[in-house]
Amino acid sequence: MKFLPLVLANLKRHKLRTVLTMCSVALALFLFANLRTVTTTLSAGSQVSSSSRMITQNATAFVIPLPMSYAQRLKSVPHVTDVTWANWFGGKYGDGKDFFAQFAIDPESYLKMYPELAVPEDQKQAFFKERSAAIVGEGLIRKFGWKLGQNVTMQGTIFPGDWTFTIRGIYHPTLKEYGDDSFMFHYDYLYEREPTRVTPGWFIMKIDDPNAAPTVAKTIDDQFRNSTAPTKTGTEKAFAAGFASMWGNVKLLMSTIGMAVVFAILLVTANAMMMNQRERTGEVAVMKTVGFSDRRLFFLVIIEAAVIALTGAVLGLGAAVLLPIVTGFGEGGFLPGFRVTPGTLVVGGTVAVLLTVASGVFPAWQAAKLPVVQALRRVE
Amino acid sequence: MKIPLIYNIRSVSQRPVSTMLTALGIGLVVAVFVAMLALANGFIAALVKTGSTDNVLLLRRGADSEMSSSIPRDAISILAASPHIAAGADGKPLFSPETYIVINIPRQGGGEFDVANVVARGVSDKAFEVRRNIKIIEGRRFASGQSEICVGSKLKGRFNNVNVGDVLRFSNRNWSVVCRFTADGSSFESEIWGENEQFQSVFRGGAFQDVAFRLKDPGAFDDVKRAFLADQRIQIDAHRESEFYASQSELLGNILRILAIMITSIMSVGAVFGAVNTMYAAVSSRTPEIAVLLTLGFHPRSVLASFLAESAVIAFIGGVLGCLLALPINGVVTSTTNWSSFSEIAFAFRVTPQLLLAGLVFSVVMGVIGGFFPARRASRMPVIQALR
Repeated sequence: MKFLPLVLANLKRHKLRTVLTMCSVALALFLFANLRTVTTTLSAGSQVSSSSRMITQNATAFVIPLPMSYAQRLKSVPHVTDVTWANWFGGKYGDGKDFFAQFAIDPESYLKMYPELAVPEDQKQAFFKERSAAIVGEGLIRKFGWKLGQNVTMQGTIFPGDWTFTIRGIYHPTLKEYGDDSFMFHYDYLYEREPTRVTPGWFIMKIDDPNAAPTVAKTIDDQFRNSTAPTKTGTEKAFAAGFASMWGNVKLLMSTIGMAVVFAILLVTANAMMMNQRERTGEVAVMKTVGFSDRRLFFLVIIEAAVIALTGAVLGLGAAVLLPIVTGFGEGGFLPGFRVTPGTLVVGGTVAVLLTVASGVFPAWQAAKLPVVQALRRVE
Repeated sequence: MKIPLIYNIRSVSQRPVSTMLTALGIGLVVAVFVAMLALANGFIAALVKTGSTDNVLLLRRGADSEMSSSIPRDAISILAASPHIAAGADGKPLFSPETYIVINIPRQGGGEFDVANVVARGVSDKAFEVRRNIKIIEGRRFASGQSEICVGSKLKGRFNNVNVGDVLRFSNRNWSVVCRFTADGSSFESEIWGENEQFQSVFRGGAFQDVAFRLKDPGAFDDVKRAFLADQRIQIDAHRESEFYASQSELLGNILRILAIMITSIMSVGAVFGAVNTMYAAVSSRTPEIAVLLTLGFHPRSVLASFLAESAVIAFIGGVLGCLLALPINGVVTSTTNWSSFSEIAFAFRVTPQLLLAGLVFSVVMGVIGGFFPARRASRMPVIQALR
């Protein structure tokens, strides 16, 4: 440790070079952490999903609804304790540029099914009582500046015409991954106006034993196999994982870019370290003459590389952790629950250590193996 | 007087390792830039190519996608009577009422819930003429009244049972695959086509989702739009087919482009820092040399230009390397869900000459920015001190 001042003095020699190299490392790890967080967030959706909730949808296509009569039959399946249903509304608000999801839900059973959507009790009751009432996520409230009691009109794309709702409740997701930008209203309100077209889009069931999920799924799907609307049943977790897979090769894309970023920065750092060492040939020779061992010189260079890589890592990963907190990016919207996981920090830290080794080892070896006599002659 | 470029090229080759490391750093940024924009381009191109400028797509008023549209059967005969529809070789109108739905098909090698949403389009016999880019590459068209389907060429390799002669099961029925078609790389290649009457009865009783027809006079689109808007019996919006499909690519296409630009601009800052380091080192190790140049009478401006050129040369080498790295990705097929239509679309990365040119320009810009301050230091060097 007594050589730390020496390492620091070396780093200060080309202040600009040191700072720029550190910044490159910081930028690279910042980008790397964010790219990795995109993939962890996409898969987090399935991790926080409940395995005691199951979903039944149309086996042919999720856009084809299921008959209302299924509700009673699902309720009588062993292990199923609660049943609720919902429908996709697909409305356009304003110019339609700001997309958000709207669901027609069966109010009481749905909110009971999803305790993750926290609504104050008085707002909940107000929502239950009024047929045209809606509850909306706090993210939408922020985005559009809506207020409780306000009327909101949307154009239906699937169910034509203007639809007016009154906001009676605001929900707060207890888990960020559930998102805070959904708009929910009474199923009956939709049904009233389109009685011939509206039936539940999907059913959600609560089961008393998560281990029974495969049996429950089989019982349900067998029951409806030869009907006009065959079903596909699975846990919420399984559906969420399937949904994440719809992005296709996003994971591969993100990790490939992540690798490219890390590699590009490795080149920048390695180059800076090599330039440092080349300029110091003479003085390394002097140090050797004075009695510094090869080993010590090797570690001096490695430590210098480590200071650069680790400072960069702390800056870059720190910025990545702060980004969603400061900007509120992970609060909802596009990637709800976007935050850097401890796993990402560990991977980022490992990258910094590898960067140290990769960028420092060659110049360090050069310093250690420097033939003194020849080098000193070159100084002259 | 200018310092010749050969001076820079020779001095660059004096430091091969450091030059290559810097160039490679810039090269990787260019490679990511080209590859990501090739992805966005490929996706947008697949959708832009889907529509044709002389076709019209009719949807229910207010519907923003084919999936949310619905056109009742009785409206079809009114639409078919429009005087603007072109006639085919056999004298019949080039007019195709279609059903459209996305069905869940398990991915090849995936689990039970690893499904993709594939478009199943029920078309009339005339659809193959209305959509001019469709070419049957294997088998024959499906026969009327049969449970037969044609599959787009891009389904192969991603799903099971999509070869001619296979039987694909969906919606509780077995469908024989009788042909495979290409569509000039457009999103039709990711679809399954069957007869509209067959599909309608299994999926959505009673209604079609859209109507596609060929315009008799491609310039008359505005008249057509007005005529349908004025007709009180029907609730129909007419879209130019090309514009409609292009608009379906906007959402995801823009996200991909923004992502590409964000990621590469952050990366490029890192690469510019690398270039700055290299050039400062070059300037300081060549202090006496620069002094000699200045003493010989080269104007400081020439020295500045020379060092800028040197940095640009290094970056340009990187740009070429980056383009070479990104080139093999051209034509690689990937797939993603297009959230505008909620269906999965397979498309090929498209590395265009313009994109490569943009990559090279980008690399040179990085080089010039990275070289500016070191070059300025070189040009302002106090000669006497430097010579000593």
